[in-house]
Amino acid sequence: MRWKSAPCSLPTSSEGLTAITPDEALSRVAREEGGRLLALLTDRLGNIEIAHDSLQEAYTKAAATWADAGVPDDAAAWVYVVARNTGIDRLRRDTAAGRRLASQVRVLETAVAAEAADDAGDDGSGVEDARIDEQASVSDDHLRLLLLCCHPALSRDTQVTLTLRLAAGLTTQEIAAALLVPEATVQQRVVRAKRKIRAANIPLVIPADLHERAAVLTTVLGFIFNEGYVAHSADAGTLTRADLADQAIRLTATAADALPDEPELAGLLALQLFHRSREAARTDSSGELVRLADQDRTLWDRGMVARGFTVLAEALAQRQLGPWQVQALIAAEHTRASTNWDRILRYYDTLISMSPGPVPRLARAVAVAEVDGPQAALAAVDHIDGLEAYHLFHATRADLLEQLGRDTEARSAWERAAALCRNPTEAAYATRRARRIGP
Amino acid sequence: MKYLLLIASDPTLPSPEPGDDSFDEYMAAWSQYEQELNDAGVNLGGEALQGAETATTVRHQDGTTTIADGPFAELKEHVGGYYLIDVDTLDDAIGWARKLPVGTGAVEVRPVFPTDEF
Repeated sequence: MRWKSAPCSLPTSSEGLTAITPDEALSRVAREEGGRLLALLTDRLGNIEIAHDSLQEAYTKAAATWADAGVPDDAAAWVYVVARNTGIDRLRRDTAAGRRLASQVRVLETAVAAEAADDAGDDGSGVEDARIDEQASVSDDHLRLLLLCCHPALSRDTQVTLTLRLAAGLTTQEIAAALLVPEATVQQRVVRAKRKIRAANIPLVIPADLHERAAVLTTVLGFIFNEGYVAHSADAGTLTRADLADQAIRLTATAADALPDEPELAGLLALQLFHRSREAARTDSSGELVRLADQDRTLWDRGMVARGFTVLAEALAQRQLGPWQVQALIAAEHTRASTNWDRILRYYDTLISMSPGPVPRLARAVAVAEVDGPQAALAAVDHIDGLEAYHLFHATRADLLEQLGRDTEARSAWERAAALCRNPTEAAYATRRARRIGP
Repeated sequence: MKYLLLIASDPTLPSPEPGDDSFDEYMAAWSQYEQELNDAGVNLGGEALQGAETATTVRHQDGTTTIADGPFAELKEHVGGYYLIDVDTLDDAIGWARKLPVGTGAVEVRPVFPTDEF
């Protein structure tokens, strides 16, 4: 139940960085290794604020040094060693925290002396200890960092922001764009969270109530994926913030790998892989939205679909069904050549029994339309309360009304959907459908 | 690391009174909780407080003070007691807050400012 190396077709190691420019190399290290580096540094330095600051400083030094000297073979290890030394210097200088820190610095100096002795015994490169990909503890380090970012003592917004900033290594600007909040808000959340982590002493540990904490982690990762899958950013222009979705997949794969007894994490990973596999088919050559039923299936990433099935099968084998696994089952059904709508309807019934709410009921109505026709589906949609501000509620109604030949109502429903869309690609699609009906 | 567990509940909700059948059981749960704190060596003290209707608030503003009847925050839930505990991390403190035999209520977990940082 371990998909150790590459969880999907995303690049996860820093090999081959020498072939690209220093800027590209650095941004790849930050994206792909940033979380692990921070986890490792926090563990060694015992302080997430200093670890994070030191890592940022190491990135700055890397940008300056690599521009002249070229990108080192193991770029991530280079960054780690520089950040670690920066952090230790900072701890040594920092007198504000008094005695406690002084003893911490002594412990660290001993530990670093031991690391240095190990280095000398190797090829003398000074970075042998930092071949982080090969360390058995890395997956634990990363998991502890993820669990810290998703600690229940932090608000949901903060959990999401911290996970993106610290575990995924996105910039505050990228996070602001993805979450549709001002950059200052992102910065403030990160600063406040780091302050609370330190002041309240939220520990970087594998907690005793791991199952409960894994559920929070799963929710946060699911939220990040949804934000990436349908980006709401009005200036993004494209339907998917692919980077954000890829980060969510990478983080979920890491978490699922570290927590093999949590099938909901694997369920979420499978769901993400199924959705992501359709990326190339979701928009046409002019950037316009293509609905699932109309997509060119030859454009789907079959490798990613296969990976999704493997992950989902392993999750289901644990016989602890949950909402993410059921959603993955539905997504899996949609990848088949001929969709079994009866089965999908049953999956939705199961999903609604697990997580009641208007959104799954809206999705179920689409399956009702396939099984019992648009009249029955429209009746089901009109029984759902609380989605008046949700664009897909109006889009679903519009589509059903159109099928029933109720054109005037259909057009105004498409217009309502277009007005509520935060994603410009989706808004354009709804407007197009409204216009197609005619005056 | 010291944490204050501030225990609050809604005073309008019924709670066992001396003489009720459930009162002994209720008190036993609190005694047992306190015993567990003592056994773990983390108990720095705790008390139950009299009702919020007995509270007096001394408010400081611009160098003067005013005295008023009542608690400082008019909330549905009133602080009814506290424990001061000494544990390693917030996770440990949350663990003790969860174990409190509060039927319906809330526990605010606040880290105490560490004196060795001055």
